[in-house]
Amino acid sequence: MTVAADERVAHVGLARRLLIRPELGAVVGMVVVFAFFAAQSPVFRSPDGIANWLDPAATLGIMAVAVALLMIGGEFDLSAGVLTGTSGLILVTLATRFGFNVWLAMLVGLVVALAVGLANGLVVTRTKLPSFIVTLGTFLMLQGVNLGVTKAITGTVQVSGLRRASGFEGANTILAGTIQVGGTSFRVAILWWVLVTAVATWVLMRSKAGNWIFAVGGNEQAARAVGVPAARTKIALFMTTAFAAWLVGSILALRYTSVQANIGIGQEFIYIIAAVIGGCLLTGGYGSAIGAAIGAVIFGMADKGIVFLGWDADWFTFFLGGMLLLATLANRLVRRYAEEVRH
Amino acid sequence: MILETRGIGKTFGSVLALRDVSMGVAAGQVVCVLGDNGAGKSTLIKILAGVHQHDAGALLVDGAEVRFSSPRDALDRGIATVYQDLAMIPLMSVWRNFFLGSEPTKGLAFDVAKARRVAREELRAMGIDIRDVDQPVGTLSGGERQSVAIARAVHFGARVLILDEPTSALGVKQAGVVLRYIARARDRGLGVVFITHNPHHAYPVGDRFLLLNRGTSMGEYAKADITPQALTALMAGGAELEELAHELKRQ
Repeated sequence: MTVAADERVAHVGLARRLLIRPELGAVVGMVVVFAFFAAQSPVFRSPDGIANWLDPAATLGIMAVAVALLMIGGEFDLSAGVLTGTSGLILVTLATRFGFNVWLAMLVGLVVALAVGLANGLVVTRTKLPSFIVTLGTFLMLQGVNLGVTKAITGTVQVSGLRRASGFEGANTILAGTIQVGGTSFRVAILWWVLVTAVATWVLMRSKAGNWIFAVGGNEQAARAVGVPAARTKIALFMTTAFAAWLVGSILALRYTSVQANIGIGQEFIYIIAAVIGGCLLTGGYGSAIGAAIGAVIFGMADKGIVFLGWDADWFTFFLGGMLLLATLANRLVRRYAEEVRH
Repeated sequence: MILETRGIGKTFGSVLALRDVSMGVAAGQVVCVLGDNGAGKSTLIKILAGVHQHDAGALLVDGAEVRFSSPRDALDRGIATVYQDLAMIPLMSVWRNFFLGSEPTKGLAFDVAKARRVAREELRAMGIDIRDVDQPVGTLSGGERQSVAIARAVHFGARVLILDEPTSALGVKQAGVVLRYIARARDRGLGVVFITHNPHHAYPVGDRFLLLNRGTSMGEYAKADITPQALTALMAGGAELEELAHELKRQ
């Protein structure tokens, strides 16, 4: 009996294990998209081209990975995009108008971002309201604050001049600089993205917290019943997303040395799209950080690839929508397969 | 007695959910709690499990009065609860579910290799035939899921196992599988509180039977003192059944 059971493992187990990897669809998508653009554009497949499309993938990817963790935990954060703007605005405003050192201004930005994440998490876990609505509220409020405060201080809708602030050079090198690899300069943000993805993957797959994240997203009540601190896990996830928003906001502010008051609006959906293409279920409990990072790569390749081919950039969103639908369909099949009950 | 209640009660606002219920479970004993819907079964087990706190009577563990602050608190005292519908997380693998909330660690990391190995060994020790501990729990049958949850509770040193309607959603064969694991847990020296509304499942495995109706106890019987027929009749409210039979009789 036992021997027979073990033989079934060898056959069913391996195939199933490969098939139900959440990032499988994204990997296939990435290969197809790369082959498509690389076949038609020599620039796209050159080191310079790769550096070019890895850049948008990196800043999006940092956010997508954090948002993926949150989605696996069963929640959304629509305020994440605007929060990148808020973090950047705080950095540039404090450094240029109030004489803060860049590092200190970044620290203040971090504290504010984490406070927003904490507030999101507390409201969602205490009230049990859908995070979609709660963070939509935060999103609109932050959007108003970003515009209102920026206008009140500068009289315009942007703050600029970060280059002259003290501590700019160091912060710029670490967060927004470039590194040379074989004569091609890559944005240092790519390294941050790889680091964030690696840490997130480790947490998800190899830590207690990772087990809790899957559990609170899969079935919060069941998780609570076996002693998982569900509220704390969710609050930590909202704060992780806020941390990522601060990191990306700071990277972009240091790179461009100025920030528009309306930056980040609409990005929240791009993060969710990348996470879903990477295999996250909208209903939570399933997904992968690497998948979300790959979703961001697909986004970056399509974003720049369309330009390299000389196509009208308007077609980009059409492409993005198609990818999203395909990914969602693939995910549904996977989930059915994983959840099918054996009778 | 490991776990005991004395005249325990609970109200929700103006609703008297449970009133003056006394019961106890000793090691190696199966106590069945029987009652129709709304009889107070869920309220009673939620008090035993630490989900709700009683507001009348006393709850005792090893003869000392206690008040559980949370399910975790109850668990730490060796009272483990397996719920009917929320025992497992379908999309997570068997081994992740098995150790959920009590993950073994190696330094900072979740000791994944150990979790896989121990889950496999424990399931085998309970005689549960799971093909692959990496498969999502959603691919298991209802009976297998309950069995994994029971094995988990046994592994984590539960002294009392509270089972909330583990057989109610199952077919005859699957229910038999679960009843067998209940017996096995009992033989390993655990006290079992088995909640059900099915006397046919309760009678073969139970040592004592507590009957609840409308939030209060209708008596506690040892197996020797009651027949399966009497148990069924009591549970359904014998008089009501007769009335119903009379009412439905062809004119």
